[in-house]
Amino acid sequence: MTSAAGVVVVGGGQAGYSVVSALRGAGYDGPVTVFADERHLPYQRPPLSKQAHTEPDGTRVELVPESFYRERAIGLRLGERVTALDTAARTVVTGTGTRVPYDHLVLATGARNRRLPVPGAGLDGVHALRSLDDALAIGRALTTARDVVVVGGGFIGLELAQVAVAGGARVTVLELAGRLLSRAVSPQLQEHLRQRHEHSGVRILTGTGVRAVEGAGRVERVVTDRGVLPADLVVYGIGAAPRDELARDAGLAVDDGVIVDEHLRSVTDPRISAVGDCARHPHPHAAGLVRLESVQNATDQGALVGRRIAGSAAPYRSLPWFWSDQGAVKLQIAGLRTDTDEVRVVPGDSPDRLAAYAFRGDRLVAAETLNWPAEHLAARRLLERQVPVSAGDLTGSTLGALARARRGAGVRA
Amino acid sequence: MPIVIFQLPDGTERKVTAESGTALMQAAVSNGVDGIVAECGGNASCATCHVYVDEQHTALVGPPNGVEEEMLDFTAAERRATSRLSCQVRLSDALDGLVVHVPEEQV
Ligand SMILES: Cc1cc2nc3c(=O)[nH]c(=O)nc-3n(C[C@H](O)[C@H](O)[C@H](O)COP(=O)(O)OP(=O)(O)OC[C@H]3O[C@@H](n4cnc5c(N)ncnc54)[C@H](O)[C@@H]3O)c2cc1C
Ligand code: FES
Repeated sequence: MTSAAGVVVVGGGQAGYSVVSALRGAGYDGPVTVFADERHLPYQRPPLSKQAHTEPDGTRVELVPESFYRERAIGLRLGERVTALDTAARTVVTGTGTRVPYDHLVLATGARNRRLPVPGAGLDGVHALRSLDDALAIGRALTTARDVVVVGGGFIGLELAQVAVAGGARVTVLELAGRLLSRAVSPQLQEHLRQRHEHSGVRILTGTGVRAVEGAGRVERVVTDRGVLPADLVVYGIGAAPRDELARDAGLAVDDGVIVDEHLRSVTDPRISAVGDCARHPHPHAAGLVRLESVQNATDQGALVGRRIAGSAAPYRSLPWFWSDQGAVKLQIAGLRTDTDEVRVVPGDSPDRLAAYAFRGDRLVAAETLNWPAEHLAARRLLERQVPVSAGDLTGSTLGALARARRGAGVRA
Repeated sequence: MPIVIFQLPDGTERKVTAESGTALMQAAVSNGVDGIVAECGGNASCATCHVYVDEQHTALVGPPNGVEEEMLDFTAAERRATSRLSCQVRLSDALDGLVVHVPEEQV
């Protein structure tokens, strides 16, 4: 199992951490090196948009402490960026010109935010939110901000809007599309979520584009196609693009993400794998290739590649799931809700709970739930085990009840 | 600084020093205790931080809270009377010497 050059991982985020943790967990004893261009220990991104962060040391978002890597002989090269791949020589080249050889290379480079394509986007007080450093800058700004404009009604923008409104700021969310979360959740939930946000004091302007950000050095106002809004803090979350340029420059197949097979190997070079936000992969629950941005996807894909390099052969089949905490609303999604034919919305067992069940044909393929973690987990158990659930099965019932009944009948659901 | 003992499915144990006020899950993750996955980072969203509290300590640790109670019905390993989600257990000096058992599977 041991070989001279070992494993090199490019990217020290959720997926990169998962690769090395699984490698050592599965007994791989060759050299393991992680290049991570941020200065921080690998950390979780979800808390960045769900709380205000002001203290670099008080944030406690790191996945595991430094000792974890040391005890497992994992070479963590913080602040070092890989700038090129030489696939013929099987080496990576870093920003300092160092060349490091590999037997297996794993790309876990994540995604980067799309820039706000308007004049004034570079003014002080205009922030994207992806990294811990972004979150610290926003957290500091939030301590004094009175008028916050969030550009983009996606998960990150809506979460941050709730953080800002809880801190006492006036908050407006601008969304170009006619609805919030327009591609991410079922239409029925979009309207429901909008009401919840408005009820908590966030102003939502859909169908509204940004034309410019203005101010003398610092942001003072946002010009939209429906008027001008005062602003002393602008946070934008208008989507992300995979960091696949290393792969593209090295001649690997890339199409909005590094294209990999069901074992998450590059279809061009089997010694190279890609995992997490930067990977476009086949999935048994999807018709074509998909690229997902979620903790589940990064964790499970990283673990699969770590175990594969250590000797196991299973293809990637993990059920996608996701969560987003927007103030008092905990949204969870189990399964892939693309290409669904019908969505049925069912009230939960308490007023703040709701489920939307999505069907392809007559078969449940995804469940979106609000404030109902047990129903979410039941959905995952049933979908993971490929238990067929029809719309009829859910008439007057819940996934929780179905899963409990299966378990009660001696079949572990 | 309570000490917590994690008994692993392979029969070995890990003794870790934790910080009062932090979650039991955090003590496991910070010390790289295998088998506590904690995918959602302590958000009561994933149920991959499931543990069995040793019987001698169940009363001291207390019962699961409302949401946790429902989630425990759908953990990967079987639910027992002693099941808790470790991200929902807050450590204190009173829990010094706590023994918990890590289940076979979390996902
Ligand atoms: C604010 C925010 C909130 C989120 N909330 C949720 C949530 O609630 N639930 C959920 O499921 N998902 C959430 N996500 C998505 C989730 O965090 C990502 O899908 C996940 O982090 C992807 O992991 P990754 O390892 O692929 O990429 P990342 O975690 O982004 O890590 C990639 C790392 O690689 C580094 N890197 C890139 N190129 C190089 C190079 N050439 N050399 C060296 N290093 C390099 C990058 O700097 C980065 O540190 C959120 C994301 C953000 C930004
Ligand atoms: S860590 Fe996810 S539920 Fe405990």
